[in-house]
Amino acid sequence: MSKIKEYEKFVGADVINELEFYAGKLAGIKIQNINSTSVGGGVAEILARMIPMLRELGINAYWDVIKGGEKFFEITKKMHNALHGQQVTYSDEEISLYLQTNENNAREMKLNGDIMFIHDPQPCALIKYKQGDEQKWIWRGHVDFSNPEMFTWNFLKEYIEQYDVSVFSAPSFAHRLRIPQVLISPSIDPLSEKNIDLPQETVDSVLEKFNIDKNRPLVTQISRFDYLKDPIGVVKVYKLVKKYIDFQLVLAGGGATDDPEGAKVLAEVQEVAANDPDIFLLLLPPASDIEINALQCASNVILQKSLREGFGLTVAEALWKSKPVIAGAVGGIPLQVTHKYSGLLTYTIEGTAFALRQLLQNPAYAKKLGQNGHEQIRKNFLITRHLRDYMLLFLSLLHKTENVVFL
Amino acid sequence: MNNKSEAMFQFYSSQNLIFLTGRKAKNLEELLTGIKEVEEMSIYYHSHHYLEQREFLSPEPPNDFFYWITNDLQDKMLGEMVASIDLRQMNSLKEIQFKIIEVIEKSLMQNIEANLTNVSPGEEFLFMSVRSFVYPTKYTASNLSEFRYCLKTVPLNSIYFHFFGTRFNKSLPSLSDWLSASLNEAELAQKFEKIDPYTITLENLREVLIRLVEKRLVEKNNV
Repeated sequence: MSKIKEYEKFVGADVINELEFYAGKLAGIKIQNINSTSVGGGVAEILARMIPMLRELGINAYWDVIKGGEKFFEITKKMHNALHGQQVTYSDEEISLYLQTNENNAREMKLNGDIMFIHDPQPCALIKYKQGDEQKWIWRGHVDFSNPEMFTWNFLKEYIEQYDVSVFSAPSFAHRLRIPQVLISPSIDPLSEKNIDLPQETVDSVLEKFNIDKNRPLVTQISRFDYLKDPIGVVKVYKLVKKYIDFQLVLAGGGATDDPEGAKVLAEVQEVAANDPDIFLLLLPPASDIEINALQCASNVILQKSLREGFGLTVAEALWKSKPVIAGAVGGIPLQVTHKYSGLLTYTIEGTAFALRQLLQNPAYAKKLGQNGHEQIRKNFLITRHLRDYMLLFLSLLHKTENVVFL
Repeated sequence: MNNKSEAMFQFYSSQNLIFLTGRKAKNLEELLTGIKEVEEMSIYYHSHHYLEQREFLSPEPPNDFFYWITNDLQDKMLGEMVASIDLRQMNSLKEIQFKIIEVIEKSLMQNIEANLTNVSPGEEFLFMSVRSFVYPTKYTASNLSEFRYCLKTVPLNSIYFHFFGTRFNKSLPSLSDWLSASLNEAELAQKFEKIDPYTITLENLREVLIRLVEKRLVEKNNV
């Protein structure tokens, strides 16, 4: 059985037929994806799943990664933080290095797709090297753009507006732009190692590996050690709730090659955690998907206490496993969690602590939230919906004028 | 059974690509200006997208304008008036747009202060729009029995398309057009026309359609 057919059991045969139909309309079109890292973080994860599926559907999609030195990624991390609202300044040298790195990559890479699909700010300036009007360029912003630092936004906007179309993950990320903006939420893959059903023995063995007690409640936040995911806030939540309820806390995440800040954040979290034996800080290496899956499966409650969030795919992963989620109402999280229906949305450390006490002490309520959340993800945030949206996006570039396109 | 040669009905389905406009409204006056200035497909999106989603989350708000006016602006009376606009009676998106404008303008004249109330940052109304992609499904019907089978098995989006998508775009025949013109089932077609699809879920709409067709099949078999 082809891989794509395996999704039928989640979404039904009609959805798969529909994908095959759209793919047929895109036959012969080359789609080149470009981002800044091949491992770590949501973008690389999505591309790693999406490209093989597009290819299996008969679409000539491929993926290239730009190269940049440590300094370049420090600048783009600064841009990332600025797009999330942090005040930053750049020296002239930093701006030059950003542009120079894009130029170097444009020279070394073949920018030969019929549709160029550029992800995030790092390779955004590649648009300067567009080859003629026939080639269509899409810029896809994966981060939270709702309240960006204005210098960074205006700098990037100059390049973004040279694209044919832009894509954002949530309605609140839109700005007034001279080019069309499309809303496409990211997704999770139910067949990936992070999301497949795991046998209980696997879950138990992962807990054992990290010395986590499987007989006591477990609360987990999976995400990179990044200030915007507020891991220190999570430890503070733990301390507030621990006064009343005995449980263990896991903060687990990997690093990404385009994120140089992780080690510093982890050190600060370690300091706040102060060697509490019930707090597990796990810096996971790449390819730890089974471990992440097992930790989510073993948890009574999943936290995603982000202060800013592009989309927050870890929320979708937890809900897919029917886990009750408490998450910050930021970025794309409110699209996934309807408050009190498919999870709880919070704004503060105190609010998160109160919600956690509620869920740990009311397992029936927690279970219902998890079940509703699972259905929400099945309908809206699986990779098949994401594939469909991308193919419609590509088709929209081939049918530029009509509001209703008859395929 | 009617054995006359009948034209085949092709079931289509549609999917939407959602566009963001970057346009926001923080009060009623800005909402009104936005509704006047946005393209018709934006009106279509904000007045219809909930219908496709109702299959899994109920109760959903009747439309985005109602939801925002009621929950964010906290004007429950105006919200109710916008929610109760009878979309079934509207034959074009322009008509829907004019009607919403009329209701809001009337409210603003009666309550001048209402247009001064601003929502908090982050709660603004965000104007969006949509492009629809229509494609043929594998389902076709040449007679009433096949039609019933198709109604039972087509994706819900197909039911949506033939009830709502064809309302404002007449380039494809509606279900009732085909029943009447190809199967000579004018009475059944009329019953389809009388259905109010705006107040039931798509799954319920499917059931209503199947029941009407089954009843007609029984009648024909008894003749």
